[in-house]
Amino acid sequence: MKELLSVRELAVTLHRGRQRLPAVEDVSFDIAAGETLGLVGESGCGKSLTAGSLFRLLPDPPVEVRARSIRFQGHELSEAGEAQLAALRGDQVGMIFQDPATHLNPVLTVGAQISEPLRFHRGLTKAAAREKVLELMREVGIPEPERRVDAYPHELSGGLRQRVLIAAALACDPALLIADEPTTALDVTLQAQILKLIDRERRQRGMGLLFITHDLSLVAELCDRVAVMYAGRIVELGPTARIFERPSHPYTAGLLAAVRALDQGRVDGQRLPALPGTVPALEQFEPSGCRFRERCERADLRCGELTPLLLEEQLAGAVGSASEVPEASARACHHPLA
Amino acid sequence: MTTAPSSTAAPALAQTPLLSVTGLSVTYRLAGGRSLQALRGVDLSLQRGETLAIVGESGSGKTTLVRAALRLFDIGVKPAIAGTVALEGRDLFRLSERELRALRRRAQLVFQDPYASLDPRMRIASIVAEPLAIHRIGKRSGRVARALELLAQVGLSESIAGRFPSALSGGQRQRVGIARALAVDPELLVLDEPLSALDVSVQAQVINLLVDLRERRGLAYLLIAHDLRLVRYLAPRVAVMYLGRIVETGPTEQVLGAPRHPYTQLLVSSAPSLQPVAKAVEV
Repeated sequence: MKELLSVRELAVTLHRGRQRLPAVEDVSFDIAAGETLGLVGESGCGKSLTAGSLFRLLPDPPVEVRARSIRFQGHELSEAGEAQLAALRGDQVGMIFQDPATHLNPVLTVGAQISEPLRFHRGLTKAAAREKVLELMREVGIPEPERRVDAYPHELSGGLRQRVLIAAALACDPALLIADEPTTALDVTLQAQILKLIDRERRQRGMGLLFITHDLSLVAELCDRVAVMYAGRIVELGPTARIFERPSHPYTAGLLAAVRALDQGRVDGQRLPALPGTVPALEQFEPSGCRFRERCERADLRCGELTPLLLEEQLAGAVGSASEVPEASARACHHPLA
Repeated sequence: MTTAPSSTAAPALAQTPLLSVTGLSVTYRLAGGRSLQALRGVDLSLQRGETLAIVGESGSGKTTLVRAALRLFDIGVKPAIAGTVALEGRDLFRLSERELRALRRRAQLVFQDPYASLDPRMRIASIVAEPLAIHRIGKRSGRVARALELLAQVGLSESIAGRFPSALSGGQRQRVGIARALAVDPELLVLDEPLSALDVSVQAQVINLLVDLRERRGLAYLLIAHDLRLVRYLAPRVAVMYLGRIVETGPTEQVLGAPRHPYTQLLVSSAPSLQPVAKAVEV
């Protein structure tokens, strides 16, 4: 499979006053052309920071990004300047977010916002852009585009606003779409429609998709491979089918067990298998050792001293087509389950 | 299967439902003389110790139903109300403020967002004891002791009693919200999306707590939720709301297993599943 994006040892440090907080550490993954990688984790695990850091969407300071390598379409971006990144954002890389309301400009019409990347990156005239905008609106399922193209965001429902954001992200036919919790603010019926739309566009355009979510069932529905994040690190990475069937990291296993038991319904007298404790806050991230160890029944002394790492050779094994399911996923654990 | 437990007893001697909503319509007056009918003739009843789930999309009237069931509208919001809401047989909308306050002890609300619903300037023990003070129950020292007891009941250690909400995680805050709701010994907890602000790995803990409390205290729950898995797990009965009406109601297995109303069908088919999809097959 053709490599689209390859990230090695991404680290994000948050500046808070004099404090330097290690929000993301040692994050490595690949996305092939046309592939969907799910980045799943709980709030504060660093998944959105990771997504926002790849093309430097977030201001530095407070968001300091370092990486051994970020290679996109064969170009090394870890040392790239703002001009090079700005030329990619909205063109080869499209992005959609959880809350379309905050990512749309309230004083610009829907049409103006969808056409912006076309005019900026492709130099289209207003008239030419308008034709393309109407086509995009039709494609993402916005009814009566001729009427809505001149509407303002507040005149549209949440579901339509998300479709507007998707149309703008797709305008320049990106090679990679980054979708950060794109359906979390939507009702479940709308969620299903938007996911279907994103997946269809990915397939038709052969886009790579980085799909960020806290919801394991969306990973199951959408993603070829999944990277599970916990407290700023990727703890497990591999094909979705493989990890759902036989999770290797105790955190992944615990999460899946709880959600599955809920799925299967209640047996009287029984309780859900619940992971004890809570997710550590960013200020509590420990510099060394496994950050899951306090909640892990397999943890021993080693887990407190040595930070478990995803190994490069495991990573390579986890890449590749989803059909050839490797023996094991890549996992950062001293005592993996499988 | 579809008969409500109340109708199986002899009508005259039938147990009074804990909560009984009959023909409830709620209309908000909007600016410019317009109005919005948020509920249209809603009927439901809840027995002691029973759990009923309400599902529906945003705008379907779920929140209005919660507010009406507790007569807890925002200050200044005075919608037009038709029909009745009876808690332990007493019509909430015919009570004086004082009578209402006394009856409110019987039904407590657990808020959706444990980050926004706890006063950031109050210590945890005071937050939990506050309803006791409002209802003038016990003496100050007794209230603090009671607060510690309640914290223990929801699985929180005494050591957090002197802290402020900001020092707590989301799951801990939601437990504090539940402890606070339990302070006045209610019969009914209204749970408005109790998990949606919580991390996935913490949700199971709170669900287990809700099951425990129900068994130990015989609590009734009115559960507002969008997650059908949670509904299946916690609620034997479900009511589906759409555009201000209850369009389908009955045993959860039946309603979600063989949905009849088109909206319920859409809702069930939209719910994501944990089974990884074989992507090549899907077109």
